[in-house]
Amino acid sequence: MTATLLDALSLLGSFDHRLLEIVGLSLRVSLSALVIGALLGLPLGAWLAVADFRGRGALIVALNALMGLPSVVVGVLVYLALSRSGPFGGYGLLFSPAAMVVAQSVLVVPLIAAVSRQIVEDAWKEYAPEFSLIGIGRPQAVVLLLADCRFSLSVATLAGLGRAMSEVGAVMIVGGNIDGYTRVMTTAIALETSKGDLALSVALGIVLMSIIFGLNAVAHRLRCWAARRYG
Amino acid sequence: MFPLHISGLCFVPNGRAILDHLDLEVSGEGISVILGPNGTGKTLLLRLLAGLLPATGGSIDWAGAAQPGGRLAMVFQQPMLLRMSVFTNVEFALRPQAMSAAERRARTEEVLERVGLAHRARDCARLLSGGERQRLALARAWAMRPRLLLLDEPTASLDPTATEQVERIIREIRTEGAKVLMTTHNLGQATRLADDIIFIADGRVQEHAPAQRFFAHPQSPAARAFLQGELPWRIAFEH
Repeated sequence: MTATLLDALSLLGSFDHRLLEIVGLSLRVSLSALVIGALLGLPLGAWLAVADFRGRGALIVALNALMGLPSVVVGVLVYLALSRSGPFGGYGLLFSPAAMVVAQSVLVVPLIAAVSRQIVEDAWKEYAPEFSLIGIGRPQAVVLLLADCRFSLSVATLAGLGRAMSEVGAVMIVGGNIDGYTRVMTTAIALETSKGDLALSVALGIVLMSIIFGLNAVAHRLRCWAARRYG
Repeated sequence: MFPLHISGLCFVPNGRAILDHLDLEVSGEGISVILGPNGTGKTLLLRLLAGLLPATGGSIDWAGAAQPGGRLAMVFQQPMLLRMSVFTNVEFALRPQAMSAAERRARTEEVLERVGLAHRARDCARLLSGGERQRLALARAWAMRPRLLLLDEPTASLDPTATEQVERIIREIRTEGAKVLMTTHNLGQATRLADDIIFIADGRVQEHAPAQRFFAHPQSPAARAFLQGELPWRIAFEH
């Protein structure tokens, strides 16, 4: 175990090319999925927070349930959609980083939307009377509330990034875990562990955990700063 | 918009009448202060007038119309402030109005100057003190040039200096032609500000009189008891 750990640290210390490639692709895929997830999930969540229509409750229940969507199920659904016989087969995205971005986006959008819906709804309850008197319409309210809750929403967004970076099932299915092309940290860890190359697995695990801890530390600092600066 | 006629107004949530066939007529000038024990529906009356809640029964007649013809603004006991600058907290309220960005900016700067917050325009609103927050909320309402301003205990939990500043702003808003309808538990404040007093108890208007007459010679037994500090719960407790 000590030898494995030392080998892993050696890989990290030497900036192993293979390791950096995997980490780089992981970040590109997950950050792309995060951007898409935020662009879709934040407005969707905010709209759902202020909207008033029949079936809203059912939609909220569905959205909350989708937060726990198994990643392998998403993988299979995206696989079917992108396969040659699927509706988007013509784009030739299967077994490419783009397919992995799509799969991770599908996982991230409900999570960001559900968490942001709760955050924005709490603010909406407080602001709705004043907005109503001022004459702020719901579309304007969505924009104002997203801006007002920006620091709390950063946590929702980071939760989305954590979900994207840590999932393995969906990217394995739609990416194929192709060496040098679609191999990301989680799929590499799964594969290298099964092959017995524990040093690379441990090194990737350290990087993955460091990124997630680092992002959460940044989020915590951001919230502390925001609380001091904006109340 | 005025005179405002309220007749038979009821609010009965879950079978308990908070407002019980309340009748009231409000003129379009001056400051009317609503007094009454806790839980008698003072804040509720303001919310019903603002259209934030639907009444269970009765009617509100704005000089023959079902809706107020002029602009209406309300300042709440706990003012709503966005996590943005003091300036933006006023300016955003003008966005629904037909004003250019330059006009909004000028109007915002003007009211911030008048409430003494111009020097804090760039600061975050949520970091203001309680008195400053209330002045900011008044500035936002003032910027909208309301014909009717509803104030729900605007100086609750403020110190005397902050209270005096808020009262000065209320007087200025009144002087500019807005009708002010406010609730308070501060009898000294009611004495200083009110042109007329609306005393509510048991869900109804028990007395509506010019302020001087109300404080000197309250006509209703409920108002007399209230001014003497004989609150209903206290009477019940002592018996």
